[in-house]
Amino acid sequence: MAFVSTPTSVSAVMLKVLFALVPAIAVYQLYFGPAILVSIVLASVTAIVAEALMLRLRGFPIRPFLLDGSALVTAWLLALSMPPLAPWWLIVLATLFAIVVAKHLYGGLGNNLFNPAMVGYAVMLISFPAQMTQWPTLTTLAQAHLSFADTLHYIFSGTLPVSLKLDALTMATPLDTLRTQLLLGRGVSDISNMPVFGYVGGKGGEFLALAYLAGGAYLLQQRLISWHIPVAFIAALSLLALGFHAYDAARYATPWFQLASGGAMLGAFFIATDPVTGATTPKGKIIFGAGIGLLVFVIRTWGGYPDGVAFAVLILNMCVPLIDAYTQPRVFGHGERKS
Amino acid sequence: MRTLYQFHGGVHPAEHKQESSAHPIVMAPLPTQLIVPLQQHIGQRAKPLVQIGDRVLKGQMIGQADGATSCAVHAPTSGSVSAIEMMPMPHPSSLPDLCISITPDGADEWITRTALDYQNMNPGEVRNRLRDFGLAGLGGAVFPSHVKLNPGKLDKVPTLILNGAECEPWITCDDLLMRERAAEIIAGAKIMQYLLSADAVLIGIEDNKPQAIAAMRAACAATGFEVIAVPTRYPSGGAKQLTKILTGKEPPSGGRSTDIGVQIFNVATAYSVARAVLHGEPMISRIVTVTGNVEQPRNYEVLLGTPVKELVALTGKQRNDTQSYIMGGPMMGFALPTDNVPVIKASNCLIASSPSLFPAPPPALPCIRCTQCAQACPVNLQPQDLYWFSRGREFGKAQEYNLFDCIECGCCDYVCPSHIPLVQYYRFAKSEIWAREREKQQADLARERHEFRLARIEREKKERADKLAAKTQGSKAPAANADIDPKKAAIQAAIERAKLKRSGVTPKNVENLSVETLKEIDEIEARRTQLKQAMEKQSDSPK
Repeated sequence: MAFVSTPTSVSAVMLKVLFALVPAIAVYQLYFGPAILVSIVLASVTAIVAEALMLRLRGFPIRPFLLDGSALVTAWLLALSMPPLAPWWLIVLATLFAIVVAKHLYGGLGNNLFNPAMVGYAVMLISFPAQMTQWPTLTTLAQAHLSFADTLHYIFSGTLPVSLKLDALTMATPLDTLRTQLLLGRGVSDISNMPVFGYVGGKGGEFLALAYLAGGAYLLQQRLISWHIPVAFIAALSLLALGFHAYDAARYATPWFQLASGGAMLGAFFIATDPVTGATTPKGKIIFGAGIGLLVFVIRTWGGYPDGVAFAVLILNMCVPLIDAYTQPRVFGHGERKS
Repeated sequence: MRTLYQFHGGVHPAEHKQESSAHPIVMAPLPTQLIVPLQQHIGQRAKPLVQIGDRVLKGQMIGQADGATSCAVHAPTSGSVSAIEMMPMPHPSSLPDLCISITPDGADEWITRTALDYQNMNPGEVRNRLRDFGLAGLGGAVFPSHVKLNPGKLDKVPTLILNGAECEPWITCDDLLMRERAAEIIAGAKIMQYLLSADAVLIGIEDNKPQAIAAMRAACAATGFEVIAVPTRYPSGGAKQLTKILTGKEPPSGGRSTDIGVQIFNVATAYSVARAVLHGEPMISRIVTVTGNVEQPRNYEVLLGTPVKELVALTGKQRNDTQSYIMGGPMMGFALPTDNVPVIKASNCLIASSPSLFPAPPPALPCIRCTQCAQACPVNLQPQDLYWFSRGREFGKAQEYNLFDCIECGCCDYVCPSHIPLVQYYRFAKSEIWAREREKQQADLARERHEFRLARIEREKKERADKLAAKTQGSKAPAANADIDPKKAAIQAAIERAKLKRSGVTPKNVENLSVETLKEIDEIEARRTQLKQAMEKQSDSPK
């Protein structure tokens, strides 16, 4: 084997991913309050404890695997996907499920078939739909003046200051609003004037999307991810949205709205690009990314859930072995593949 | 300006060339002992021609080429043969091989050297002489040159490439050779061009060697040869990669570069061809870079057979933290288990390795399928899949995913964030597949032999039984069977002959045959007629 190597490591890769999430966390905190910091801490602690326990149970050396940082990345991505005012047990349960079941029971780092963060998220969404859809909005939060102490108190005890009611604090997300209002027969442009919407996406959420985009650009620049998956994801989602929006602007939202809301940007740059559970060949990555983009649009538009990133990612995770097998690139000195 | 093509992937490790390239080539002094392995090339080991105690001259053939893919071995200096025995070879596990040890007498007395008038010789004869001069590729693969210089069934090989890329870090022996001895490299290239009837001669050199490029360009003036600076990107010096860069064509997988009309040689091989053909000097020395953790990194012209220990001692006092010597570059080379091995035709570089220069990689973590390796692979393989299959002993799958196209360049090792020794897994898988292949062949052979033996035993048994049966029957009832009663048969035959005579047809040459044979002939005739009739019937029937 080579006596020299690049000064890279799994830890360095994971640290850079965490670093790339910092702008998004800053924006998140700015718009939706300090709850996200609590969520991140909760998820991180749970992830590290669960990871250490599982490593011990499986007889693996704890130090090198804990230091690889992959559990922290899962924790942060999960925290960013969960509703900001989620009760503590929801975060802990989601993280436990992600680390214990989705990661370690499937063989640990490098062997899991499904994106752990998305498994944790999807299981919570199915099991606790009420808690998982309680999103505070910028408008309500601004009116509520929820302090850090109030936030902590709510997350751990589930009780709010007497002056506040949960109903007053949480509202349907922009994607949810669009969905329900469309069902009520209102037009897209009409709906977009509701207070929950900002310039192109949800109020606040659109800046969060920009922050994810910035983090993704950093990952691309550092060559930690290749362009294939995010570009294919975004292209598929926006082309579909564009097509349908052009066909009937009253019933289908703009591509801008699709990209700026929900988990689109987080999914494109941070979730779908998870190397362990994604496709590996260049063509395969394009199919994988485009498949997720397509499914996100389908689930958002016609499915039973307001956002579909988690399910789209998990479904495409299932297809990875097949995609990889059929997209092997031409090897040097070989003719074009016959099969 | 020639269009250059790109190969997929590649890496650019720290070059570390300037350490050893700043000084001219130094002639290494005569060592105290020379250990000349008879196997320094790919193919059959040379046959020893000398005996212990013989006096040999510098350049005298001491090992003769054995078979088509083999080449000769020569005494690097004059002296006496002190031993012919198995000695450790420069090999990752220092496997021993047959070596001829020569104690130099200090006279360094040459054999009579005569230049070849190659243009007035039969090319086949020139190739045989090259084989006897011990010419093997000095780029690392040490394939016998005379074999590669044979266009074979093709009339010619249109493109001859000289490989001066020297893409491995640390190594500078080709760089220095090109700077100092460009004219003779070009002279060698002309001989190669003549033997291959090549139209074009392309010389590829990485652009991190401007002095070598300038020297080679000057030497190429008025030859029509083209010196091409190629981007510095490991492994541009891989034969297949350089072919792609310069011609845009890819040597087919499992095939040869001549399939696409290209033959490729290292620049040092061209130099040695010139020394052999124009000066009558066999291949007895080569340039070796000695660098790394040494006081004076240099390039030495070293007699083949010089012990590594004596060579590295020339660079100054040995440093305490030198843990081993790497033969070759840091990407594809290997650590010598001992410095008590000789320099051979394949030894282009020795790097004194210390923990600070080449720190041991951290423990390997699981593969996270990040595909850094796939992006770096110059053959466009999917190393992460090959690793998975090799590790899981799914060798059939590994082969299906083109394991055998892997050139073991080490790019994947170099970029892996999990520090997995990927190439080792591929070597393991390859050797397992070879072992299984051999086992299968042996098993097939054994089965065939066994089946044949069983059939033979069965046949012999039957023959014995038949004989016995015939014997017992013959003694008990000799007259019972009218068919084998000689008297009656003779009468019968006579009657038949008479019948035939009457019908006007006489079988020829049957006069002296026994009754049984005649009967047999009759039977055969009957079968033939039957068959003939059957065939006629068949050909009449509609198709």
